[in-house]
Amino acid sequence: MAEHATAHAHGETHHTNYVKIWAILLVLLVVSVVGPEFGIRTVTLITAFGVAIVKAWMVAHYFMHLNIEKKWVVYIMVIMLAFMLAMVGGISPDVLKHDGHNWEKLWEEPAPGAGGGAH
Amino acid sequence: MSAHAASHAEHGHHEQGFVRKYLLSTDHKVIGLQYLFTGMLMALIGGFTVYVFRMQLAFPGEEVPLWGRVTAAQYNALVTTHGSVMIFWVAMPVLIAAFGNFLIPLMLGCDDMVFPRLNRLSYQLFLLSALILIASFFVPGGPFGGAWTAYPPLSADPAYNATPWGATLWLIAVALEFVAFLLGGINFITTAMNSRAPGMKMFDVPIVIWMIVLASLVFMASVGPLIAGAIMLLFDQRFGTGFFNPATGGDPVLWQHLFWFFGHPEVYVVLLPALGIVAEVMTTFSRKKLFAYRTVIFTAIATSIISFFVWAHHQFVAGIDPRMAGLFTVTTLIISVPIAEMMFIYIATLYGGSIRFTTPMLWALAFIAEFLIGGVTGIYLGAAGSDVYFHDTYFVLAHFHYTFFPIAFIATFAGLTYWFPKMFGRMMDERLGKIHFWGTIIAFNVIFIPLFLTGAGGDHRRIFDYSLFPELAGLQGLRVLATIGLLVLIAFQPIFIYNFINSMFRGKVAGANPWRANTLEWAAPSPPPHGNFPEMPVVYRGPYEYSVEGRDEDYWPQHVPPDDPKRPAEQVA
Amino acid sequence: MGLPTGRLAVWWVVASEIVIFGGILGSYVMFRLSHDSWAEQAAVTNTLAGAFNTFVLLTSSLTAVLAHQAAERGDGPRAARLLHFTVLGGLTFLIVKAFEWTYEISHGYTIGSNLFWSFYYVAAGLHGLHVIVGMIIMLFVARTAKRNEELHRVENIGIYWHFVDLVWIFLFPLLYIAK
Ligand code: HEM
Repeated sequence: MAEHATAHAHGETHHTNYVKIWAILLVLLVVSVVGPEFGIRTVTLITAFGVAIVKAWMVAHYFMHLNIEKKWVVYIMVIMLAFMLAMVGGISPDVLKHDGHNWEKLWEEPAPGAGGGAH
Repeated sequence: MSAHAASHAEHGHHEQGFVRKYLLSTDHKVIGLQYLFTGMLMALIGGFTVYVFRMQLAFPGEEVPLWGRVTAAQYNALVTTHGSVMIFWVAMPVLIAAFGNFLIPLMLGCDDMVFPRLNRLSYQLFLLSALILIASFFVPGGPFGGAWTAYPPLSADPAYNATPWGATLWLIAVALEFVAFLLGGINFITTAMNSRAPGMKMFDVPIVIWMIVLASLVFMASVGPLIAGAIMLLFDQRFGTGFFNPATGGDPVLWQHLFWFFGHPEVYVVLLPALGIVAEVMTTFSRKKLFAYRTVIFTAIATSIISFFVWAHHQFVAGIDPRMAGLFTVTTLIISVPIAEMMFIYIATLYGGSIRFTTPMLWALAFIAEFLIGGVTGIYLGAAGSDVYFHDTYFVLAHFHYTFFPIAFIATFAGLTYWFPKMFGRMMDERLGKIHFWGTIIAFNVIFIPLFLTGAGGDHRRIFDYSLFPELAGLQGLRVLATIGLLVLIAFQPIFIYNFINSMFRGKVAGANPWRANTLEWAAPSPPPHGNFPEMPVVYRGPYEYSVEGRDEDYWPQHVPPDDPKRPAEQVA
Repeated sequence: MGLPTGRLAVWWVVASEIVIFGGILGSYVMFRLSHDSWAEQAAVTNTLAGAFNTFVLLTSSLTAVLAHQAAERGDGPRAARLLHFTVLGGLTFLIVKAFEWTYEISHGYTIGSNLFWSFYYVAAGLHGLHVIVGMIIMLFVARTAKRNEELHRVENIGIYWHFVDLVWIFLFPLLYIAK
């Protein structure tokens, strides 16, 4: 029970300027919206997903207080993510494939310009 | 901890009415029993369906007593219901939820789960899911018949499965059941982490609790993708999406992956608690310390982790990438190593013990023997090359029943007969117990050994009528033999039910610790009152200190202070 | 293990949610990689609305964490006020989504018109459901916090809310930006 008391006291011992974190997050948001305007694929990917990872890290680290949480909590979350990566890794060779020895997917990519929601 | 205090505590909670005490209770023991009885009732459904469709296989086209003529669509629905019910509504609730709820607070020496109301909600959701599944028998089109694996496109499109309502209700029931177990699991894990008796360290926790908690963790980590998949399948069924439909760019193999990413760890989710129960029973009745306690735990953790990397061995013939098939062959063969290790540890525990062949002990020994057959035959199926031949035959079916029957029934019987005195304060009849044991075990082997042979001989699973395959006619004798085995097995079950109900009211009064066991639940009165312990126990040692040298008694309960000159725990009558 | 029981349980909830969203987002990413034509579909989504909603959720996360700070200082009423702001953020988010969806559906981009749109509605819908659940629980927490009771719950619901925010942080580039 003594442990509980120490675990609870953590918030006050340390001061994060939450408003500052929030401001940085907003700047990152602007970056991710502006990124695609350049029309360069790599830049878009970096500003979209690279920035998303940074934002996610900041929210988890400062807002969810993983910075002062027990380390094993972080490990659990990382393990869960790792399982998901392993799952995607195991599935993608099949789902990304469009044909095999005796089969192919019948569905065809619509030609550019076609498609859309007008059904 | 006197008899007086115990009976006093027992009187405390008699005033509540029946509904509040048994239906809306937040007491972990009542919830455990609710899960137990619901699971047992569902087992009757699972057993009745198997009776009907086995009769059809043995005597195709004849009237089945209590059912009538079986149509092809009914056959599919019966098989699907049997598989889903046995796994999701029998094995899971009994092994994890019933034993988990009943035992975790008792064995950890606390008065209840940390979230009693969450616990009640978990049971209510579970009950709702069972009712939804049963309701699917009464909707237009009848219950779902697309197998418990629910592969699309069959499961996704009513035009193929002809059960527009049954398929959706089945899916909703399964998803609800998952949510119920997620809630229950969070409760189990949090309780085990935060609410142990003073003095109980991580490595003083009994194996069965470790196993149930590990199982809850594995369940939690594996079920997510399938919940996502179930939502996607539900939209495919009802809202015109095509996640699993190749005609719209979707992919049916994706469902298989999402299903088995959960489905395989699920096997270990039910296996681990069964192994835990067997460990408790075995140490008590061989009066010996568990051989290599920590190794069991680390092995179980290793198994749990590896179990996430074997799933695609269910899909070797689904056209998956051959490189992946090679990879999954290797991981599958690897996972047999820790399981074999566990078997050796259990056998080593028996070695040199003074074994008592009580009914629970017989069940525990039978578990090891039968599960070994299941495990060994799995090797043929784990190797992609031989699985191409065996896949979807009765060989596979016999293999997984040699794992599931020991898990869902043998280990459950071991646990029930072992903890019955704690649950109801009375002993079960040993003679009836042994008759039931031998009848069940022998009949079980008579069912499934022939099915290995028919499978190797070419019988495919999920076939409604083998008379349509004249080239397999030579196997009919074995099919009939299996069905006769089933009838015998069913005939022996009323003995258990009679013994169970009769002993509840008329059995010999048990006392607090009839088996002279060490773990904390035996320190509480039988049955434990609301709040469990008249005086909260303190733990001084690990759970398996049997036959310690230099002591008069051959057991040494966890809560008895080390320097206590008196005999351990005076029996509370 | 040194964690208060409530917070421990919330972490386990988050862990189990990671795999639920992992399953659906993982499936989406795999399909997206094998369907180049989805870029055109994604171009239809309203990036500005998505960005505005990201802004709203980030801000509501800020108020949630400030509520936690207030609760730790023992200032229940302030925590409750900040929680109400957070709920307001969730509400704004849902209203914006409702307008977006109405627009898209009325222009023929329905859940069945294409796999991209199926994912768009299902993934965002599942996320929206979590927003709604979070808002409801938060209202209960705010009610007790106002009376300076059960203040530890403010942190627990906050962790959950940040997680919902986190999911959106990934949904936003996946559904709106990657064109
Ligand atoms: C009383 C003993 C049991 C017998 C005689 C039995 C018999 C059978 C048979 C013959 C089938 C295959 C039907 C077919 O493919 O046409 C089957 C399927 C199945 N059984 Fe059992 N079973 C028993 C107990 C159990 C238990 C305890 C479990 C699990 C905990 C279980 C799980 C399953 C599953 C998952 C399937 C596959 C269903 C499907 O194909 O969708 N069974 N059972």
